[in-house]
Amino acid sequence: MQWQFWIIQTLNSVAFGGLLFLLSSGFSLIFGLMRIPNLAHGAFFMLGTYFGYTLLQKGLHFWPAALLGGIGVGLLGIALERFILRKLSGNEQGQVLVTLGVSFIIADICLLVWTGDPMPLAAPQSLRRPLLFAGFAFPTYRLVVLGIALVAAVGLYLLMERTRLGAMIRAGVDDMEMARGVGIPVSRLFTTVFLLGATLAGIGGVLGGPILTAYPGLDADMLPLALIVVILGGAGSLLGAFVGSFVVGFLYNFGIALAPDLAYFVLFFPMVLVLVFLPQGLFGRVQI
Amino acid sequence: MTAPALEVTGLNKRFGGLPATKDVSFHVMAGERRLIIGPNGAGKTTMFNLVTGDLNADSGSVKLFGQELLGMPTQDRVHLGLARTYQILTLFPRETLVHNVVLALLGLQTLRWNPWTALTGHRHVYDAAHEALAMVGLAESAERIVLETSYGERRRLELAMALAQKPKLLMLDEPLAGLSQGERQTVRELLDKIPRDVTIVMIEHDMDTALSFAERITVLHYGEVIVEGTRAEVVADPRTREVYLGD
Repeated sequence: MQWQFWIIQTLNSVAFGGLLFLLSSGFSLIFGLMRIPNLAHGAFFMLGTYFGYTLLQKGLHFWPAALLGGIGVGLLGIALERFILRKLSGNEQGQVLVTLGVSFIIADICLLVWTGDPMPLAAPQSLRRPLLFAGFAFPTYRLVVLGIALVAAVGLYLLMERTRLGAMIRAGVDDMEMARGVGIPVSRLFTTVFLLGATLAGIGGVLGGPILTAYPGLDADMLPLALIVVILGGAGSLLGAFVGSFVVGFLYNFGIALAPDLAYFVLFFPMVLVLVFLPQGLFGRVQI
Repeated sequence: MTAPALEVTGLNKRFGGLPATKDVSFHVMAGERRLIIGPNGAGKTTMFNLVTGDLNADSGSVKLFGQELLGMPTQDRVHLGLARTYQILTLFPRETLVHNVVLALLGLQTLRWNPWTALTGHRHVYDAAHEALAMVGLAESAERIVLETSYGERRRLELAMALAQKPKLLMLDEPLAGLSQGERQTVRELLDKIPRDVTIVMIEHDMDTALSFAERITVLHYGEVIVEGTRAEVVADPRTREVYLGD
């Protein structure tokens, strides 16, 4: 096997890991704080891709489209949290089932509005040409996606570690009842984290469009990957989401390339091992 | 006449078919030190949880300085001046001691939702947190992680977090539980130093310490108030001896 294969696969893996981080960081924070997996998170990602497609069709530039797509999905996230999940406060099973139902509704609406045809999103014009380095051509757009994911990771780290909001979110992840007991408005934290998570998923969806294209079933393809990331890294842990995203990015890409018949085994087996031997994940505080 | 610091009226809570509190009524005047006693399962902690909002009452009324608390979220009750400690230690175990107190203070801050506000930019919050730690003798341990501290230090930290919030009503759920004799003495001295503008309601099984601390005592049994009065009245009451002192 040629060395170019390894380089290309490595680059694809880290770029995909970056996309996964945008998807799973919010998923992880929601899981850590609210103690529920938001099963509509994959649908948020897919909706972001479709929003991006439509906004690009309307003539908007790629970056504003990514931002607007993220905001649109973020607003939907707020609506889901405030008007549905909050009504089911304390009923975690009900909340999980509702998010599953919402994911089906979003998938059906996408099918209705955007039909069943795959819809490729065009990367920004300036990033379509490959970057030539040491006689090797790197896909520029994927490198930029990786850069955006790294910037998002640093931004989220600073938010969580250095700000009052982050301190309160971490307190809620650590012990929600105690956080309430010292006066932290936990229900408002839920809304904020949902907004943050859904917006990141939406932005990730638009950024992933040129790599993955928009198609029915994108949500179902991405959600299990986010779940694996969170189980590996630990619910509520930003570092866990970061490490888990790149681990899954590598397993996914190399699994498909080297052992396509065993791709899902390669992906899910580490998750099973972690669940059995380290249920809180590599960096998690909350036991899943 | 001023309203009582805490006024509990007809408070009821059932867990399925089991009544945890039955028509509980009592009031605590401002500045008072009140002891709640009763055998295990008497409903003492349940009653605390109903007052703080950790549990929702089925019926009744709980007023803090005349303001109804039932139906109000826990964090709003904290903002009105209600602070508590827990029977089972409840802290943020992976954070430093000072950061635990900072979180307790942040819970009271009004400028909560500017995500770009840097924690370190609020020197006064850290100063207040260090002051609270010094008050309970933990100034030297401020930067230690809670998981690395002893049980007695954690009890004192819990007290520091509650006191840092400058509460009007402090509810202490077995603050001496699990402490050595020396630590009990330390915590007892801390409790004595709490100023009189803080009303204290305490559950405690260490009868010697508790009886000498409290001015009035409420005895709960099977979720009901069976005796209430001064130390002498409660100790002399045959119902107290029957259900609690084992006479």
